[in-house]
Amino acid sequence: MNPSSYIVLSAILFSIGAIGVLVRRNAIIVFMSVELMLNAANLAFVAFARMNGNLDGQVVAFFVMVVAAAEVVVGLAIIVTIFRTRRSASIDEPNLLKY
Amino acid sequence: MSEAVTDVNTGEVVVFWVCAVLAVAGALGMVLSRKAVHSALWVALTMINLAVLYLANSAPFLGMVQVVVYTGAVMMLFLFVLMVVGVDASDSFIETIKGQRLAATLLSVGLAILLIWGLGSALSGVPAQGLDAANTADGGNVQGIAHLIFTKYLLVFELTSGLLITAAMGAMVLAHRDRWKPAPSQRDLAVARVLGDGPVGNLPNPGVYARHNAVDTPAILPDGSTSDVSVPAPVRARGDERPLDRVDIEQVHQITEGPTE
Repeated sequence: MNPSSYIVLSAILFSIGAIGVLVRRNAIIVFMSVELMLNAANLAFVAFARMNGNLDGQVVAFFVMVVAAAEVVVGLAIIVTIFRTRRSASIDEPNLLKY
Repeated sequence: MSEAVTDVNTGEVVVFWVCAVLAVAGALGMVLSRKAVHSALWVALTMINLAVLYLANSAPFLGMVQVVVYTGAVMMLFLFVLMVVGVDASDSFIETIKGQRLAATLLSVGLAILLIWGLGSALSGVPAQGLDAANTADGGNVQGIAHLIFTKYLLVFELTSGLLITAAMGAMVLAHRDRWKPAPSQRDLAVARVLGDGPVGNLPNPGVYARHNAVDTPAILPDGSTSDVSVPAPVRARGDERPLDRVDIEQVHQITEGPTE
């Protein structure tokens, strides 16, 4: 085993997150899958930092965490707002933008 | 993947395999669980294991931040919103597009194979430099990251503050609800209750029996059937209503009608 095993694990987690985004219908679970994909990317950054021998990758992962925290706050507020008007958290419901 | 020069010792191999298996199990549990609360707990498992893997990758600062930010703040925010939206908002498992689930799974497996194959062949002979030099240059991992953030990435760091303030403002604007009419007073509520269709008084209590008297136990109506409204709606929505076995009902009949000999 060498540090590229972490990259393989990160690819697997990213793909599982992609399955979750594509398959699940509940907006909150879709959102959790996006978080999982961001975490997988973070793991890749941390492993790359170790392979490169400098801390830049860790700093980038840190910024990804900041962006993810901001994204969660806004995304969950949108989900709550949609739930208030439509009484549903399903991503099949809000199709009004089509018309 | 074993010919490259590595700084991986046996302890790290053990940590990697334990945490990698648990992380993948958590991710699969997230995709496969039917209830959203279970999904959130599975993701929390994955994130804790990723924190341990960060620690193993000589990133102690990120490992701690991962525990605090992701499992502590983000996942608890998810659980909080799940409680607001309602724990019974479970997923429908009907495919709205035919074959979508199969296609999505195939595409994602293909993506995984592509990534592993491409990155694996690109990285197989690359020796890992290790972070020992970088982590000791400024006196530690935290100091090293701080040095980079406040010199090379200072502009990005300043921009994230703008992002965070915008996100906080956006969440407040989105979650704010203007009140169109004044809040109903206690008198208004009482009048509405008397004029409305629902019961004027309290709803019936849950059943009280020799062996069960918890809120999930429905009360028995005079005809022997159970009263749905005697169990709180959230308990009913979760499907946690306790089914009454006939033994209890026969006991009730014995009590109300006297022993039948």
